[in-house]
Amino acid sequence: MNAIADTLRFLGNYVTTNVFRLGYATRLFLLTLLYSGESFRRFRLVLRELYSIGVLSLIIIMVSGLFVGFVLGLQGYNTLERYGSEQALGILVALSLVRELGPVVTALLYAGRAGTAITAEIGLMKATEQLSAMEMMAVEPMARVVAPRFWAGVISMPLLAALFSTMGVFGGYIVGVVLIGVDEGAFWSQMQASVDFHEDIMNGVIKSVVFAVAVTAIALVEGYDSKPTAEGVSRATTRTVVTSSLVVLFLDFILTSLMFTS
Amino acid sequence: MDLWVGIFVTVGFAALLFLAMKVGNMSGYSVGDGYTVHAYFDNVGGLKVRAPVKSAGVVVGRVAEVKFDNKRFEADVVLKIDRRFQFPKDTSASILTSGLLGEQYIGLEAGGDDQMIKDGEAFTITQSAVVLEKLIGQFLYSKASEDDSAKK
Repeated sequence: MNAIADTLRFLGNYVTTNVFRLGYATRLFLLTLLYSGESFRRFRLVLRELYSIGVLSLIIIMVSGLFVGFVLGLQGYNTLERYGSEQALGILVALSLVRELGPVVTALLYAGRAGTAITAEIGLMKATEQLSAMEMMAVEPMARVVAPRFWAGVISMPLLAALFSTMGVFGGYIVGVVLIGVDEGAFWSQMQASVDFHEDIMNGVIKSVVFAVAVTAIALVEGYDSKPTAEGVSRATTRTVVTSSLVVLFLDFILTSLMFTS
Repeated sequence: MDLWVGIFVTVGFAALLFLAMKVGNMSGYSVGDGYTVHAYFDNVGGLKVRAPVKSAGVVVGRVAEVKFDNKRFEADVVLKIDRRFQFPKDTSASILTSGLLGEQYIGLEAGGDDQMIKDGEAFTITQSAVVLEKLIGQFLYSKASEDDSAKK
C-alpha cells in the first residue's frame, strides 16, 4: 500500500514540477518578447551579444561545415558512382546541406558553443547576485540581460546556418570536383537545376530561425532558473545541451514533415 | 567589436546570397510575364510541375500545372511560355527526357503556320512520354511475330 502511495506521490511531484517549469519557461519567454523593444532601443547591448554569440562561433561553424562537405562529397561519390550518376553529386551535397544538415548541425553546434555560454553566464550572474543587484537599482534584468541575448541568437543563427551550408558546398566541390574529378559544369548546373530558392533555401532559413528561438530560449530559461550554486550552474548547463539537442531534432522532424512532403 | 559584428553579418548575408544565386535557381530562368498554352497528352510519364519547356534546346518556359482532364481522359499540361517567344499554331509538343535517367521536359518544335498561338489555346500535335514498359512490350510483340513469320 505504502509503495503505491510513494509511486503516486513521485508521479504527482514529477508532473507538478514539470508543469511548473513549463509555465515558468513560457512566462520568461513572453517577458523576453515584452522587453525586447527596450533592448532594440539600446542596440549596443544586442551588438555585444552578437559578437560573443555570432562572431565567436564563426570558426567552429565554418570548419565543421567544410568537413561535413568533404565527407558528403566522398560518401556521395562512392554511392552515386555505383549507379553511374556521379554528376548528381552537386544535387546531393547541396540539398542535404541546405535542407537538413545546415540548420540542424548548426543548431547542435550552437547549443554547445553559445547555448552553454548563455546558461553559464546568466547562472553565475544569478549565483553572484548580480541579477538581484540590477533589480535593486531598478534595472530590469529581462531587458538588460535576457532580451539582448535572445535577439542576438535569433539574428545570428540563420546567418551561421547559411555559412555552414556555403562552406559545405565548397567542401563537396573541393572533394568531388578538384580531388576526384567530377565534371565541374555538371556539378554546378545540376545543383542549380534542382535546388529551388523558395522550396529548399527559404525553408532551410525558416528552420534555422525556429531552432534559434528554441535553443536560445532554452539556454536563457535554464540559466535564469538555475540553482545559485556551483553545482546548480553546472547542472543547468548540461540540461541546456541535452534539452536543446533533443528539441532541435524533434522540431526538425516536425518541420521536415510539414515542409518537404507534397 | 563593431567591426567584427559587421563582418559577421556581411559574410552571413553573402553566404545566403551565394546559396540563392549559385546553389539555387534564383539566377536561373523564371517566367515573369508569360502566356499559358495547354497541351493534352495520353501519358505524361514523370513530368513534374516547374519542368522546363524547351525549343531547340533553349528554355522558353515552364510547366505550370499538370492535371487530369476528365472529359477527354487525357492529361492536361498547362505551359507558361515567355511572352518574348511566339510559336505557330501547328507547333508540336512532345515530352522528352534529358539523358537516359534525366528529368523530363517538354520540347516544342515550331511548325509552318503563319498564325501564332494565343493565350489559353492548345497545341494540337502532341507526343506522349515514352513509357519503358510499353516500349519493351512492343519490342517483344514484334519479335514474336517475326519468329512466327520466320517459321512459316
